[in-house]
Amino acid sequence: MLDQCFALLWIIGKIICVLVPVIVCVALLTLLERKVIGAMQVRVGPNRNGIAGSLQPICDVLKLLAKELIIPSKASRYLFIIAPVLALAPALAAWAVIPFTNDWVIANVNAGILVVFAMTSLGIYGIIIAGWSSNSKYAFLGALRSVAQVVSYEIAMGFTFVGVLLAAGSMNLREIVLHQSGGIWHWYFLPLFPLFVVYWISAVAETNRAPFDIAEGESEIVAGFHVEYSGIMFGIFFLAEYANMILVSALAALLFMGGWLSPFAGIPYLDHWFSWVPSVLWLVLKMSFFIFLYFWMRATFPRYRYDQIMQLGWKCLIPVALVWIVLVAVAVQMGWIFH
Amino acid sequence: MWNQLKKWVKKLTLWELLKGLRVTLKYGASKDITLQYPEEETPRSNRFRGMLALRRYPNGEERCIACKLCEAVCPACAITIESEVRDDGTRRTTRYDIDVFKCINCGLCEEACPVDSIVLTDEMHYALYNRGENIFTKEKLLMIGDLYESKIAEHREIDRGTC
Repeated sequence: MLDQCFALLWIIGKIICVLVPVIVCVALLTLLERKVIGAMQVRVGPNRNGIAGSLQPICDVLKLLAKELIIPSKASRYLFIIAPVLALAPALAAWAVIPFTNDWVIANVNAGILVVFAMTSLGIYGIIIAGWSSNSKYAFLGALRSVAQVVSYEIAMGFTFVGVLLAAGSMNLREIVLHQSGGIWHWYFLPLFPLFVVYWISAVAETNRAPFDIAEGESEIVAGFHVEYSGIMFGIFFLAEYANMILVSALAALLFMGGWLSPFAGIPYLDHWFSWVPSVLWLVLKMSFFIFLYFWMRATFPRYRYDQIMQLGWKCLIPVALVWIVLVAVAVQMGWIFH
Repeated sequence: MWNQLKKWVKKLTLWELLKGLRVTLKYGASKDITLQYPEEETPRSNRFRGMLALRRYPNGEERCIACKLCEAVCPACAITIESEVRDDGTRRTTRYDIDVFKCINCGLCEEACPVDSIVLTDEMHYALYNRGENIFTKEKLLMIGDLYESKIAEHREIDRGTC
């Protein structure tokens, strides 16, 4: 009995150790995003609270917490309240199977990649329920768009996963990373480059971020699915969105960029010089690069039109992914690469 | 044929997108041009048309001779002047009101004035807190003129002979 209690506490402790940094990262990212986009628009970004705006996220959260929660009178009350939680829970749950280093993982399951895929897809329920229960035409339109988009891009994303699975021969995220060990040229982003690009584009679309943020579409449908949300309920949607971004970046690092592996492994001197770097730092660096890419893309590209998004998803990404999967499958079967 | 191939290569390598990303990265590395407003301000011309003022001669005599040219030229009808003959035989205003709500800061009154009495200072930071304060009376305008006289004279000196 006591053993079980300890095991439970141990798991809870591990969960806290993963989720607290994630949530802190989300807070930092909101600031970082405004800073990066500001710099790219030749502005400064927030700089009034704390040194260089460092207290801005705290101020934002306090403001959201202090605000009144308004529930529209004709909204479906319970669904309206439950929707932000439904959006956030999968975004956090998927972290259970993400390995940070060789043995830092909450649950080392064999179908890890499937769990992540399922969780990122479940997040859409939060959005669709939020859009439907608000009883507002903008929210409803935003939810519809979001669902259509996620459903289309999930296919392309799934295909890129298939490519990685073929190459690694495993669904366990840890083993996928270990298959890439041995220097930067062993990482999957080189042999699977088209899949890597397709993955990244569909990942951006999957998280409803610019340039695929038609679910929010400020210029057409105000704020999309979360128009009617205020206060911390809105904040939770925000949290979910950013947690998803980090998750997708982590996944990109794990599947294509060798996860926690050092890029210098196998290079005579560099390998030795960088051997002091803790492996989790490599993962964090790779994730930071992808997160920066998110902000960079947001600062650069205008929003896609709805039909263009559908065209890109169905007519470009899926065919490209399919062709490359066939090539990879042939290569693996013939034993040319990925032994 | 060749063009088609070029088009496809460009499409598949995301060439245009990468070009766009390069531009934003370049600007991201460049220096910000933001001015932190309350602490910093953009430079203003000496001809800036801001708050109105009435000037005096160095001996303290008010310049205005109540010719009412400014009242006549004002496109917004913001100026109201009443005048009478003073004891020393000169014509002076008894009332010189400018409604700053009507005023469009065009500067025509300043151009019309034969004695450089009504002028526009370069002051732009002024606010009204109570109803009725929008009427700048003669006393108020003269007071503003007294406060800003050195600046006004300086700015007029720069432009002497140019217009």
